[in-house]
Amino acid sequence: MILVIADHDLGILDPLSLQAVTAARSLDPEVHVLLVGAADADAAPQLTAHGAAAVHVAQHDALTDYAPLASARAALQLIDELSPRAVIATGSPRGNEVLAHVAAIRDLPMAADCVSLTLDDAGSHQVVRNRWGGNLLETALVHSPLLLATLAPHAIPAAEASAAGTVREFTPTLDPSDTAVRVIDRTGDAGGGIGLADARVIVSGGRGVGGPEGFKVLEDLAALLGAAIGCSRVVTSAGWRPHSEQVGQTGTKVAPDLYIACGISGATQHIAGCRNAKTIIAINTDKDAPIMGYAHYAVIGDLHSVLPALVQATRESKG
Amino acid sequence: MNVAVCVKRVPLSGGRWVLNADSTDIDTESSFLGFTLSPHEEVAAEAAVQLVEANGGSSTVISLGVPESAEQIRDLLAIGIDRGVIVETDGSEWDPQATAAALADRIRAGVGDDGGAFDLVLLGTEAADTADYQVGIRMAHALGWPVVTNVKGLTITAGVARCERAVGSHREVYEVALPAVITVKDGLNIPRYPSVPGRIKARKKPIDMVVGDRPQPRLQKVRVELPALEERSATVLGTGADAVPALIDIFKQIGVI
Repeated sequence: MILVIADHDLGILDPLSLQAVTAARSLDPEVHVLLVGAADADAAPQLTAHGAAAVHVAQHDALTDYAPLASARAALQLIDELSPRAVIATGSPRGNEVLAHVAAIRDLPMAADCVSLTLDDAGSHQVVRNRWGGNLLETALVHSPLLLATLAPHAIPAAEASAAGTVREFTPTLDPSDTAVRVIDRTGDAGGGIGLADARVIVSGGRGVGGPEGFKVLEDLAALLGAAIGCSRVVTSAGWRPHSEQVGQTGTKVAPDLYIACGISGATQHIAGCRNAKTIIAINTDKDAPIMGYAHYAVIGDLHSVLPALVQATRESKG
Repeated sequence: MNVAVCVKRVPLSGGRWVLNADSTDIDTESSFLGFTLSPHEEVAAEAAVQLVEANGGSSTVISLGVPESAEQIRDLLAIGIDRGVIVETDGSEWDPQATAAALADRIRAGVGDDGGAFDLVLLGTEAADTADYQVGIRMAHALGWPVVTNVKGLTITAGVARCERAVGSHREVYEVALPAVITVKDGLNIPRYPSVPGRIKARKKPIDMVVGDRPQPRLQKVRVELPALEERSATVLGTGADAVPALIDIFKQIGVI
């Protein structure tokens, strides 16, 4: 049996949870899921529709909003009750965080951001995991009776399964210190760049844009294409654009249909953030820039002459 | 306020990597790669310098790694960090459990020279290379301190840290009383560059060496490989503005116009 720690925010199930359930089923047909706090009414049915045999909903008066250590305590209680062979969480900030608390409390190893998992009854489980934001893949052994792993986003697509799952509520035993660190407030604005992670088209600028005013033509193109603006780390470090627009290993990881990289050389730090784009177009003066090894299409030339012409032609072809 | 910042020397990731002969790591010798720190750690160090400027106290940078990590520590001493500590390794990789245990030992040891105990540990949410997402949390449990992760906004007032982390289109707010461990992300601030006087001062600041004793890894690296996607080569549509009609064709193909 495998235990999956599902994730939701303000009641909305994180779809990565369904990928985790799917991945867990490939290891063991019996998958149980922990859902902490009051999720929307359709969260548990989504999990059972993807093959969860049982969904355990942790309810407690102290669980007013996300509290990482409290989620870990609920998971530990289920681990003791169900004796799973592995615990899998989402490779998201929350999934990594909750499982790391579990691992720290039990002093067990944990493998984060895995793209494949193989259970070993002798206790040396083999995983393949992302290093360098996915620019390097590591094969590793996890020496532990219980495998603790988080699943890299989109490594395994979610698949439905016909199974009649059950849903039950339970009350975890919590100490006040378990909810001392919790979300106490939310502010509406993450600082611009809203929707970058979900954008279908991204127009992104790098050092070659030359300065903050150089982004005007990128904004014009983005407005015509209904695109979000992205940028490289050089750009945010120089203060030309807010950090919320940074695409990269330490910024946002994106997966749009189209990624237009303007004046971006393609350092590995940046590629880690945009490698999952379906189509990448590079506009760059340097035909030997690293970005050319990742882009599907390239225009060799100065973005300051290409983009104004492209904006005009796009406007014309839209009529 | 005594602040500790934990950092890790990693290869400078410019363009493409070459793996070593037995495919266990990036080849840094024959490809002459330099070394650096994660952007997450650069903002952690900047935050430590700002906190000590505002509140007094001291800042210490601690690194588990080869003696050459002194190169990266000097860069941080040059922006205003007071001292460095290297827990020395032979270059073999320590797993996250062993790393957290060794770093927590250094936190327990305090600032040294009767500088008192640490009030705050800052580190990156994940290291640039191994990206294990757990060392800060394990340190917090070892120390019996609370921990907040993924922090992109930090203010400390009267011993309480107000932490913000970006989630989708909004920010979550957490509050935690010190002492605490806080793991931060790039974007927390814009780190300053070392000045020439800063570099001169940094030469005289102390870097203590402590010998590390690596336990058997429980998360054990076997080999590494480059992902398959690396082999692509772009189709060149043209040069300069002459390529615009071809770009428009692609926009139509993909269905964005």
